[in-house]
Amino acid sequence: MKAMRRNVLKGAGGLGMLSVAAAAGLLKPTQVLADWNSAGFGATKPADALAAIGAAGAADSKDVQVKAPDIAENGAVVPVEVTTSLANVESIAILGEKNANPLIANYQLTDFDGFLSTRMKMGQTAYVRAVVKAGGKFYTAAKEVKVTVGGCGG
Amino acid sequence: MAIGMRVRAGNGEIKVLMTHPSENGLRKDAKTGQLVPAHFVKNVVVAVNGKTVLDGQWGGGVSKDPYLGFKVKGLKAGDKVAVSAEDNKGDKGSGEAVVS
Repeated sequence: MKAMRRNVLKGAGGLGMLSVAAAAGLLKPTQVLADWNSAGFGATKPADALAAIGAAGAADSKDVQVKAPDIAENGAVVPVEVTTSLANVESIAILGEKNANPLIANYQLTDFDGFLSTRMKMGQTAYVRAVVKAGGKFYTAAKEVKVTVGGCGG
Repeated sequence: MAIGMRVRAGNGEIKVLMTHPSENGLRKDAKTGQLVPAHFVKNVVVAVNGKTVLDGQWGGGVSKDPYLGFKVKGLKAGDKVAVSAEDNKGDKGSGEAVVS
């Protein structure tokens, strides 16, 4: 228990406001990190996932680029890069449109400089979609990835 | 079990590599035929000199041994980068790096 508390303090130490809030007893240690979006990550359709993160009205944009392999031989590890020239980026979400749970990741960003990279699982050929929130509006782009060996099990 | 983590930063980019099974709860164990319980990283927070620059949430669709790289404006040599993560079982991990 003591070790766990130490980890919490260490983890929150770099977070300024949060550590103050934790010290003041406003947040329990388990709530130091932002609440996980269970509706978004639990959604089974891309549209539902987008709605859960407030991005239902995302507009297609040439200012968002999704880079991923044309063909992924191993669906367990598909590298995805999101590049955007949009200013004032507030968040980026990544979705695999045919994944059992399409929402893969959702990042809130500050001082973002236009490039984000991650690796995701894909069970079958599908579009990988990035949704970028900038200046209060949502912009989106997608790239089709052909998957020859799925990586979602089942 | 603590989440293993390596952090590197330089050329305006922060790179984080974790050691984690990232099970989405949908995969069947090849031997037993039973579903492997979900076990994945849910939250990752990255701060530069104490200021949060990324507050991320992940689902089970992130690959095993999760990787995250992103560029931050104004990142300069000597800046301190701190990363913390927590998974769906409450296990935590953290890592630090100084921007080269």
